[in-house]
Amino acid sequence: MASETISSSGYIKHHLQNLTFGQHADGSWGFAHTAQEAANMGFWAINVDTIGMSVLLGVLMMWFFRRAAKKATSGVPSGLVNFAEWIVEFVDENVRSSFTGRNPLVAPLALTIFVWVFLMNLVDDVMVDLIPQIAVFVGEHVFGADPHHVFFKAVPTTDPNATSAMALVVFALMVFYGIKVKGLGGFLGELAFQPFPKWLFPINLVLELVSLISKPVSLSLRLFGNIYAGEMIFILLAIMFGAGWILGPLSGLLQIGWAIFHILIIALQAYVFMMLTIVYLDMAHQKHH
Amino acid sequence: MNINATIIGQAIAFVIFIAFCMKYVWPPIMQALEERKKKIADSFEAANQAARELELAEEKAAQTLRESKEHAAQIIEQANKRANQLIDESKEQAIADGKRLREAAQAEIEQDVVRAKEALRAQVSALAFAGAEKILGATIDEKAHSEIVEQLAKEL
Repeated sequence: MASETISSSGYIKHHLQNLTFGQHADGSWGFAHTAQEAANMGFWAINVDTIGMSVLLGVLMMWFFRRAAKKATSGVPSGLVNFAEWIVEFVDENVRSSFTGRNPLVAPLALTIFVWVFLMNLVDDVMVDLIPQIAVFVGEHVFGADPHHVFFKAVPTTDPNATSAMALVVFALMVFYGIKVKGLGGFLGELAFQPFPKWLFPINLVLELVSLISKPVSLSLRLFGNIYAGEMIFILLAIMFGAGWILGPLSGLLQIGWAIFHILIIALQAYVFMMLTIVYLDMAHQKHH
Repeated sequence: MNINATIIGQAIAFVIFIAFCMKYVWPPIMQALEERKKKIADSFEAANQAARELELAEEKAAQTLRESKEHAAQIIEQANKRANQLIDESKEQAIADGKRLREAAQAEIEQDVVRAKEALRAQVSALAFAGAEKILGATIDEKAHSEIVEQLAKEL
């Protein structure tokens, strides 16, 4: 791929297309070769790159924290344990300040979200072509695939599937604990009997349902949108590399600048996702009436 | 860019990670943190206790020092007093001894004088006899005249 000249739109498409495994229109199973093919596969297709990267990062994260947990003692912590404890204490502090109920699930959930989302976002700061090129190399030489059709979207959080999945799990937990704490009647009552008087319950229901549904949607789309946009800027800057002797070095400079700024964004997005999850769960635990 | 079954896989992975974190990661780390907090608090408490004890011990040491100084001063004073007393006593003793010795010497002297007088007296009577014999040329009846002579000697 490196030896061939490709169009800008081709390059962008190539970077934003997931490696999708599913059933082709003709009934055979395999990877999609184009975006259209991937779309035609319908719901029962898997983005192998998204799952592969996110699970890899998740396992890495759990391995790291498990190691720290095993080593953690009341004595003086070593470097690794110290780092893990720093993150844990940071999350714990946020949970304590924002979550008023009692639930042993919330803090580990917040930790998982924060670290996992951060790691998935962090892939964005890896050189924009590195992981896709490795994937293309492996795809071409190990699996004998046509390099033009090996897609690899390295950043899992630029796939709405990944962010939506997390948001849906959080949503399920919100509903579950809402019903568990307030009872089914209390949960439905909160949807129907406020903020207006009871006889206006259709309006209440519409309002509250919208606000309820908007929580996971905004949770998912905020993360997706931010990281997708960030990735897009990396890709566009990468295209600038081929734009001559003046714009090329400028592009490199901008890449570095954007990468540094992006570190802030990815940490912030991970933090926002975690904090909103805590706040939503706190709301689910609170009895208003 | 389309929603597909990946969402299910991601959700399952997410739930598994949460469960793992909840069971194997969070509790041991939190426990270690709590234990360490407690340990540090305990050490601070112990340090404070030790500091208090040290202060107490220092006070006690100072007190003891003061007391022993007083005691020593007392002992020295006593010793001085005793020494003075001893000196006084020995002085008195010496004076008394001197007096006694002097008296004894005096008495002896007086005795000697008396003895000398006695001896003198005896010799005087003998001399008187001899003188009288020579003067009278005759023997004097010693027995008849000794009374007179003795009286004479006594008068001497």
